[in-house]
Amino acid sequence: MDSILEMRGITKTFPGVKALDNVNLSVREGEIHALIGENGAGKSTLMKVLSGVYPHGTYEGEIRFRGQPCAFRGIADSEKLGIIIIHQELALVPLLSITENLFLGNEQAKRGRIDWVAATARARELLRMVGLTDSPETLITDIGVGKQQLVEIAKALSKQVKLLILDEPTASLNESDSDALLELLLRFKEQGISSILISHKLNEIAKVADRVTILRDGTTVETLDCHDAPISQDRIIKGMVGRDLADRYPRRTSNPGGILFEVKDWSADHPIHAGRRVVKDIDLHVRRGEVVGIAGLMGAGRTEFAMSLFGRSYGRNIRGQAFLDGREIDVSTISKAMGNGLAYATEDRKHYGLVLDNDIRHNVTLANLDGVAKRGVIHHEREIEVANDFRRRLRIRCADVFQQTVNLSGGNQQKVVLSKWLFADPKVLILDEPTRGIDVGAKYEIYTIVNQLVAEGRGVILISSELPELLGVADRIYVMNEGALVAEMPAAEASQEKIMHAIMSSASKATAARAAVAAAARESLQ
Amino acid sequence: MSAELNLPAAPPRQASMAKFLKSHMRDYGMLISLLAIVAFFQYMTNGTLLQPLNLTNLVLQNSYIVIMALGMLLVIVAGHIDLSVGSIVGFIGALAAILMVQFHWHFVPTAIVSLLAGAAIGAAQGYWVAYFRIPSFIVTLAGMLVFRGLSLALLAGQSVGPFPVEFQRLSSGFIPDIFGTEGFHTTTMVLCLATPAILIAFSVAARLRRHRFAIEQEPLVLFLLKSAGLFAVVAYVGWLLSTYKGLPNVLIIMALLIGIYAFVTRDTTIGRRIYALGGNEKAAKLSGIDTRRLSFYTFVNMGVLAALAGLIFAARLNTATPKAGVSFELDVIAACFIGGASASGGVGRVTGAVIGAFIMGVMNNGMSIVGIGIDWQQVIKGLVLLAAVCFDVYNKGKA
Repeated sequence: MDSILEMRGITKTFPGVKALDNVNLSVREGEIHALIGENGAGKSTLMKVLSGVYPHGTYEGEIRFRGQPCAFRGIADSEKLGIIIIHQELALVPLLSITENLFLGNEQAKRGRIDWVAATARARELLRMVGLTDSPETLITDIGVGKQQLVEIAKALSKQVKLLILDEPTASLNESDSDALLELLLRFKEQGISSILISHKLNEIAKVADRVTILRDGTTVETLDCHDAPISQDRIIKGMVGRDLADRYPRRTSNPGGILFEVKDWSADHPIHAGRRVVKDIDLHVRRGEVVGIAGLMGAGRTEFAMSLFGRSYGRNIRGQAFLDGREIDVSTISKAMGNGLAYATEDRKHYGLVLDNDIRHNVTLANLDGVAKRGVIHHEREIEVANDFRRRLRIRCADVFQQTVNLSGGNQQKVVLSKWLFADPKVLILDEPTRGIDVGAKYEIYTIVNQLVAEGRGVILISSELPELLGVADRIYVMNEGALVAEMPAAEASQEKIMHAIMSSASKATAARAAVAAAARESLQ
Repeated sequence: MSAELNLPAAPPRQASMAKFLKSHMRDYGMLISLLAIVAFFQYMTNGTLLQPLNLTNLVLQNSYIVIMALGMLLVIVAGHIDLSVGSIVGFIGALAAILMVQFHWHFVPTAIVSLLAGAAIGAAQGYWVAYFRIPSFIVTLAGMLVFRGLSLALLAGQSVGPFPVEFQRLSSGFIPDIFGTEGFHTTTMVLCLATPAILIAFSVAARLRRHRFAIEQEPLVLFLLKSAGLFAVVAYVGWLLSTYKGLPNVLIIMALLIGIYAFVTRDTTIGRRIYALGGNEKAAKLSGIDTRRLSFYTFVNMGVLAALAGLIFAARLNTATPKAGVSFELDVIAACFIGGASASGGVGRVTGAVIGAFIMGVMNNGMSIVGIGIDWQQVIKGLVLLAAVCFDVYNKGKA
């Protein structure tokens, strides 16, 4: 079989980080090629190189499509050849109709005037090809995520797609929608359209993929052929996580004390989709001087749990109790939660963590202005001293504390966010993906800070998608999936394989449970 | 925490002149622009601009714009806008007129009721903005129509006046001269010498404190120049006013308010929180700041200041008319933006807004004396607004 796509020796560096290192990927004509790897392994970066988001010249290596070398300057170039990427976050305009979305930027027009009859007819045809029966006039906002995904695919079809790239297409779909989507990929395959499928769901991959390429830390680990021999999940997990952890985490003697913080029966619903439970009956505790990790895939509900806990800043219909030192505490507003010793450092520091236009000094004191003020009047010199103190202690690299935070690197921005919460002097600090998008050196420094925090007798809840990080830093790990805690293990006994198995088996249990309910429902109908 | 890093010696205490000027270009640029515009019109009007009579008029004409710009700055910094202030000026003027002229109220209870009414109007609008998240543009556009309509209704389309003399003094009165010198208002001169001296003493103290804490500050030369300039300008204005009728009452009110608002925005936790709210509402909220209540109170504050401006304006005209305050909101908003406030919130200073208001005021006054028609005045003012904001955006892009 000929290969439709060859990517050879792709290397892509960002300032301070090597995101891709000599990656090879080859996709055959008419196959479904799965691309898997942990969060941050480089899958999305590789696809951005392929689709021209990172134009030719910003990376090293060679791309050949149908034998021809390619030098894309932008997405338009790759789309012209029929390479279409569908991102996890759909690029549809909610308040326009299906037809309008299908031909956005590619309108069915003559001399600037849109031919709505032709457009609607063509839209209907495209929708039939992806198995959608909705009227093309329907607004995007009125159809579910699964159908929206299909509209994206129909849009790809309208552009004469040769190679379809799907980035975690089923992440937000339910079982039947996922199945429909996978069926569609198999049908495309019969018509000669190749696909690259990025997915975390190994059962899906086993179902449709012809070959699997595993990425890890920006390098290709291996490519497996699913037809040679059935591939076990163990095999894939090993490929995804098998790296050594030596010396990437500062040593610390863990010595947890009594229970400091406890959460009982915590639940929360989605803020918009009423009745959709996102956080389900969480029971969790943190000891004094303990780092508790929460593992889980993206969308497992970890951030939602943490934010609903921190002054109900997420969700609605929130129920449950929180205890500090055995006494129930009120966490119903953010200032009450803070007053009771909680702090939450967000995963999205740019949108939720920092006032980017303000300087380091103002950001550091924001959560505890009263700490540098007397009767509401700010003592400026004291404030500068505080900022300089954190600058030294956390080694924030900057010209001075009057530098705007927008100009800092990711790692230093994260340190400013941490400073802000350290200055608020919490008893329990929830860190949500504290090392996302920052380089290895800065990560090490963040881990050191975490160690110091617990050495002072505080409790830390560490939410992370990087399993090695959890294993290296946490004392105890909870595993979360689909809104519920599905496992708890001491870090010493945990391994990446164990955590992944806990997630997978809970997922397949949930699937099995759903199937059983559905079967029972069918039986009762007959 | 133990892991301390050896920093290179303490940071330089004084920034180099060039670097400091560059990072504070906007602040100095504003001041220099105002001085240049004053000088230009002083020349073009053959000295009429700075004649004591005209200078007094300039202050009186702009006082209500400056006062409202203080509140508008907070609203804009918080990330909102208030289009209703012109109509509130009209409505409060009408309300005060009805109370004093038809019901023969004393001016003190009238003023209190008027200010409370302003607070209530601000609260009514702020409630929808803060707690129902309705865009302030829409809420205050509605308020603009509602209160314009209500002032027409209150006055039944007529002008109501005149007012008691004590009330007129709010706007047209001057402070008494305790020295009682003939032909020269000594109290005014003393105040205009003492005030800048006290301000400079305070900033010297602040400099010394910053020095003790080894904190970078304005280069000494610039500080001296600025202080000398401030002293000279205030003393000169004081001398000019002393040769006429002295300090207008309204100038005292205005100066006090400017001082208070400059202090609140710069030195208090409330001020800092408003900037954080406008800079990144989500981050502010997650830092424990009650962003909704803060937004609400910026509108209440705006309502009170608009009511005060309404009283001053009515007192100045000595009559309440249904048209009072029309399009004031535009001058007030323009003053804030010329003064460096950002339309997306989080950025802006009280001194900037005040200077912005005076730039508009001096241009209005100067162009009128020179004989430029109202048509071209508007064109020029519009272009100045655009140029000032372009300058900001360009500066920001370069930084």
